[in-house]
Amino acid sequence: MNALFVRELRLATRVGAGALTGVLFFLAVVTVVPFAVGPDLNLLARIGPAVLWVGALLASLLGLDRLFQQDREDGSLAILAMAGHPLALTVFVKCLAHWAATGLPLIAAAPVFGLFLNMEATAIAATVATLAVGTPAVTFIGAVGAAVTVTLARGGLIIAILVLPLVIPSLIFGVAASYGAVEDPAPFTQPFLMVAAITLFFAVLGPLSAAFVLRHAAE
Amino acid sequence: MQLVGERLAVDRGDRRIFDGVSFAVPAGSALVVTGPNGSGKSTLIKAIAGFLPPAAGSVRLDGMAGADDGWRLAEHCHYLAHDNALKGQLTVAENLSFWQRFLGPGLDIEAALEKVGLPGIGDIPAGYLSAGQKRRVAIARLLVTARPVWLVDEPTAALDAASGKRFADIVRKHLGSGGIVVAATHQDLGLKAARFLALDNAAGHHPSPHGGGAQAAAA
Repeated sequence: MNALFVRELRLATRVGAGALTGVLFFLAVVTVVPFAVGPDLNLLARIGPAVLWVGALLASLLGLDRLFQQDREDGSLAILAMAGHPLALTVFVKCLAHWAATGLPLIAAAPVFGLFLNMEATAIAATVATLAVGTPAVTFIGAVGAAVTVTLARGGLIIAILVLPLVIPSLIFGVAASYGAVEDPAPFTQPFLMVAAITLFFAVLGPLSAAFVLRHAAE
Repeated sequence: MQLVGERLAVDRGDRRIFDGVSFAVPAGSALVVTGPNGSGKSTLIKAIAGFLPPAAGSVRLDGMAGADDGWRLAEHCHYLAHDNALKGQLTVAENLSFWQRFLGPGLDIEAALEKVGLPGIGDIPAGYLSAGQKRRVAIARLLVTARPVWLVDEPTAALDAASGKRFADIVRKHLGSGGIVVAATHQDLGLKAARFLALDNAAGHHPSPHGGGAQAAAA
């Protein structure tokens, strides 16, 4: 399983894999917002966490179609399914590697983008924490979408449509926790734990469902 | 050890591809599946590999502990089909060492490359290789992990005469060490003492509930 993780990371970081596409898209979303809402610094600071979350969410939807499609096209997926390991575990490891290659850069970039939005340090820290805990859920849910659309040549947009409704809870609680860190009566801990719970829930359900779907598409 | 298929029938969609196919391949022998295009050679190989659930009948590996159901059978099989399961971005050695670490131990990578007539190309990205060379690297994958049953589908496509002969030698050696090979092919692999299984189109077009399909016959 270590071998799989290393291979996936290598593939994601080699030339042409587009590992930074997500960060660039994230950057595009975040830089466009101040132009749209105008130079009101207080307003920017207030909507900052929401903008970061929306940007990170959309950016992490971008590369999901690559999760299984290339493995299917070159025949690797069939061989992966023939190993002694359960396919769900293989999917889980692929998700982790995918998140490490595409999700972690988003989280690393988020503090810088927070400065663009005039966010204060506490808000930035809270948003980064919720993103770190919340974005793996997008990958785990996305794995199901990627498995369902693995036979489609252009499945990218369909994955986004399939996955988006399911990641809305993470978005709601993630942004709520980020606000809770800076606005006094609102709580931080409870929504933060909800984000963590959603991620843990889908860390189990996502790979299991994706493996089930892939079994029937592995031919 | 013996690979046994009993009255196997496989559907794809509503179409019955073949019906009532039985065979028994003892250790050390090969089963060559022949038949015109579309007669279900690849489908039979996939069914043995466990990618397609049989509509009736079963495949099992007798005399192997814990190899009763289809998915356990797949763990003892190598599958080499039209796709080579190679990543063009990774070097040949990286490709092979991943499969070795993921699927299990076997022959040393350099030794395996020598067997397929490609010594010293481990450092070259797989994407730079010609179609025939990629095929030979894919054949080397069968060697770097030791598994008793080889399921090969048109293994010598894209190979020149010399490489085809080399592959036949590798297969003979595998059989000599007590392995089992199921090959779907149009070309003569030059295997003596192979069993032949002829699939005819008739089963595909006129599904017959009473079988009447092919039987393996020792040549």
